[in-house]
Amino acid sequence: MATVTEPIIKNKREVLDRAVVRFAGDSGDGMQISGSQFTNTVALYGNDLATFPDFPAEIRAPAGTLPGVSGYQIQFSSSDIYTPGDSVDVLVAMNPAALKMNIRDLRPNGILIVNSDSFTDADLKKAQQTTNPLEDHSLDGYRLFAVGLEKLTHAALEGLGLDAKSMNRCKNFFALGMAYWLYNRSLEHTYHWLDDKFAKKPLLAEANKLALKAGYSYCEATEAFQVSYEIPPAKLAPGTYRNLSGNQALAMGFVAAARQAGLRLFLGSYPITPASDILHELSMYKNYGVTTFQAEDEIAAITSAIGAAYTGALALTTTSGPGMALKTEAMGLAVAVELPIVICDVQRGGPSTGLPTKTEQADLLQAMFARNSEAPIPILAASTPGDCFWVAMEACRIALKYMVPVIILSDGYLANGAEPWKIPSVDMLPKIPVHFVTDPEGFLPYKRDPQTLSRPWAIPGTPGLEHRVGGLEKQDVTGNVNYEPLNHERMVRLRAAKVEAVAQDVPDAVPAGDPDGDLLIVAWGSTYGSITAAMKAPRAEGVRVGHVHLRYLNPLPRNLGELFGRYRKVLVPEMNLGQLLLLLRAKYLVDAEGFNKIQGQPFKVAEMENKIHEVVSQNGAGAKR
Amino acid sequence: MTPTAMPILTKKDFQTDQEVRWCPGCGDYAILSAVQAVFPELGIPREKFVVVSGIGCSSRFPYYMNTFGFHTIHGRAPAVATGVKLTNPDLEVWVATGDGDSLSIGGNHTIHALRRNVGIKVLMFNNRIYGLTKGQYSPTSEFGKKTKSTPFGSDSRPFNPLALVIGAETTFVARSVDVMQGHLKEVLKKAAAHRGSAYIEILQNCNIFNDGAWFYLTEKEARSEHIVNLEHGKPLIFGKNRDKGIRMNGLDLEIVQLGNGVRESDLLIHDEEYRNPAYAFMLAKMEELPGFPTPIGVLRSWGDIPRFEDTVNNQIKDVTEKRGVGEIEKLLHSGDTWEVR
Repeated sequence: MATVTEPIIKNKREVLDRAVVRFAGDSGDGMQISGSQFTNTVALYGNDLATFPDFPAEIRAPAGTLPGVSGYQIQFSSSDIYTPGDSVDVLVAMNPAALKMNIRDLRPNGILIVNSDSFTDADLKKAQQTTNPLEDHSLDGYRLFAVGLEKLTHAALEGLGLDAKSMNRCKNFFALGMAYWLYNRSLEHTYHWLDDKFAKKPLLAEANKLALKAGYSYCEATEAFQVSYEIPPAKLAPGTYRNLSGNQALAMGFVAAARQAGLRLFLGSYPITPASDILHELSMYKNYGVTTFQAEDEIAAITSAIGAAYTGALALTTTSGPGMALKTEAMGLAVAVELPIVICDVQRGGPSTGLPTKTEQADLLQAMFARNSEAPIPILAASTPGDCFWVAMEACRIALKYMVPVIILSDGYLANGAEPWKIPSVDMLPKIPVHFVTDPEGFLPYKRDPQTLSRPWAIPGTPGLEHRVGGLEKQDVTGNVNYEPLNHERMVRLRAAKVEAVAQDVPDAVPAGDPDGDLLIVAWGSTYGSITAAMKAPRAEGVRVGHVHLRYLNPLPRNLGELFGRYRKVLVPEMNLGQLLLLLRAKYLVDAEGFNKIQGQPFKVAEMENKIHEVVSQNGAGAKR
Repeated sequence: MTPTAMPILTKKDFQTDQEVRWCPGCGDYAILSAVQAVFPELGIPREKFVVVSGIGCSSRFPYYMNTFGFHTIHGRAPAVATGVKLTNPDLEVWVATGDGDSLSIGGNHTIHALRRNVGIKVLMFNNRIYGLTKGQYSPTSEFGKKTKSTPFGSDSRPFNPLALVIGAETTFVARSVDVMQGHLKEVLKKAAAHRGSAYIEILQNCNIFNDGAWFYLTEKEARSEHIVNLEHGKPLIFGKNRDKGIRMNGLDLEIVQLGNGVRESDLLIHDEEYRNPAYAFMLAKMEELPGFPTPIGVLRSWGDIPRFEDTVNNQIKDVTEKRGVGEIEKLLHSGDTWEVR
């Protein structure tokens, strides 16, 4: 029997449920490209996934320095996942700075691939390292693979006639090739992508393909790794899927909403991180009847949108916190003239310029209250990158139905993070009816629909409907300028009642998990994934946990107040100092507790899980009113 | 297009039932009257007019015009108007604004709407004072002017509004005067005929907070000596006896007495289409030279620069023709997709 030659299995292959990979390097090292290529490849293979690109605000900080480190993390799995993962299984570090900034997240005994060609004394100095971590045993707790990525890439590209700098730029594909080998992935998708991307520069396509292949072959030939891993496809609901980031999803949702409403889409926007990609995306969709206007400033961005809404477009403005601050007066105008616009705030760390590329949820109170006088605005928040699509459509629907400005809150984590998204069939998209008045008979600019309290939309160009609107207080029904005390109070109350009326479109809150018991978690926005993942273990251990994730923050679901009494405790996790908490305590007099993290980073699952245990094990007063 | 009979419109059709709330004697009445007189003559249906304004006395204008009207917020009218024009380029959009609204809080929107050549007509009521807030100095108030906020004299050098908008690449730049109704109406008609951005400075008297600001050139006796009326293709002549002219001397302007060998043909012949931007700029700055009159009329009219709203909408049209009308189905499936069974 022993005489038959068995195929030599060089490496063991281990089947895993999930893995977390992070590519980290200099801003100029192409880590975002390696990460997104890896993502698309595992997505096409059918894994569930969540990603977390984390990059500095500086475009290119001095090469090799700590502020210049850019990272891209992905968790992919054969079962449902909700976050990009707490700790990293495989870390690729392209230089000492990337190593220093990221090593703390690598799990004990995790795989560490390091570009050993960038550990000269000068490199170490730039990373403020006094000793060489490749030699000082500080990495002994990990499976370290020091690989000369630059030399190996150069060797692979020899003969192509590229200069050293161009060859160096291919080393991220060498690293990507290694990651593909490690997780047993095909190179095909990335080959196609390179052919596409460098259609006009075939030599660069070839060079990157060679580097990718070389990285893959290096692992195979050197038997560097003892084991490669297999992560089978996830059992997702049947359907057609694509990978989708939050900003892409918002852009697509707006285009779809405009089509459902039969309106032109108008975006007035001013570039700001991390919202600019929505402007970029929508600028490509001109053949969908989309007008994008890159305004001279944030104020012109929203006021042009108000002008477009006045003229009958579905009008938007997209921004982040500092831009929101600049738009406040114009939001008040939209409230006063009762025109439908959607204001999308992709939140980032603040105050002021703050942390432009990092995530935070601290604009909720700004969205609620940052306007002069009484100027309520409905607010919706997206919970996952894919949810951004549905929230965009819903915000547009509400704006048009109630003739109100609507605010969408997203954040940097949702904006840049991606997940597999089941593509809906077009017939499933909500209908968005729109009515322009055309009949002058009995037309009055502020005569309201009794159910929605919305005023008629009478656009310029309609004969016989000439009328005036403006920021001065208006007489009820006629819309004429009016300063009478009782009329003013009536109008203030009507505008508030109109926003409250939106509640008739807000579905009742139904807690995920347990319908009553020990703990109710009430949250909003991008904390959805961490909370959903963190509830599993405590519930398996018998802790009764419910989770209400609020899509509608203003008005809140009508039944929300009834839920608090069903649980012993109420916990409100937020990436701020307790803004939803403040609203809930004020509105419901509920003794809820906050869980707050303001580090520019999303909650880890473990942090959330620990907090659940901590809160549940506390004695003393509960949340019940 | 089937030709439909346009109803004959009159001045009355553009008046509203709203009580006009400007101070008695305010120059704004005269401007309102001129605009209401000109609009029916333009052959445009009333529902196509949109009057947009910001904040200030002048910005109450839309309430008194029986057209579509939008009284927006301080300084932002050009941006609102840009949104209107991009959405419906067929509308006839006029912006009513003042020296504070247009040049101070709204300076940024003013220059950007103008450099884009959005097809809006901006009527800038220049009374060199903040009226609605009761008498503070404005960006056009003279240096040293005593106002409520500058009791010891203004510390800021003023803008020359027309020089500013010429610098902003405005394709139609003109000036007129509230009390010169005939002239004002002619300028308004020319502005209406211009497709791109028009910026019209209207010298306007605030009889409460800055009475007489322009009297030195608008009083009947003073006009002929202190104003030169620019007419396309005609020499720059002024003076009670129309005996003074302006001509070029090297790169400078000089005033000359006609006669004694100086003929009209020696004078500067006004060309509102002249492409060297220095020309209109020189006219705008002329009044600052000692002894020179203030020019009124059209300083510049460049008719061949594409309108912003046309460029934007043509691009949408071109891309749509090239790629076909976008289908949502395709959009949702763009990029890499995979099937889960």
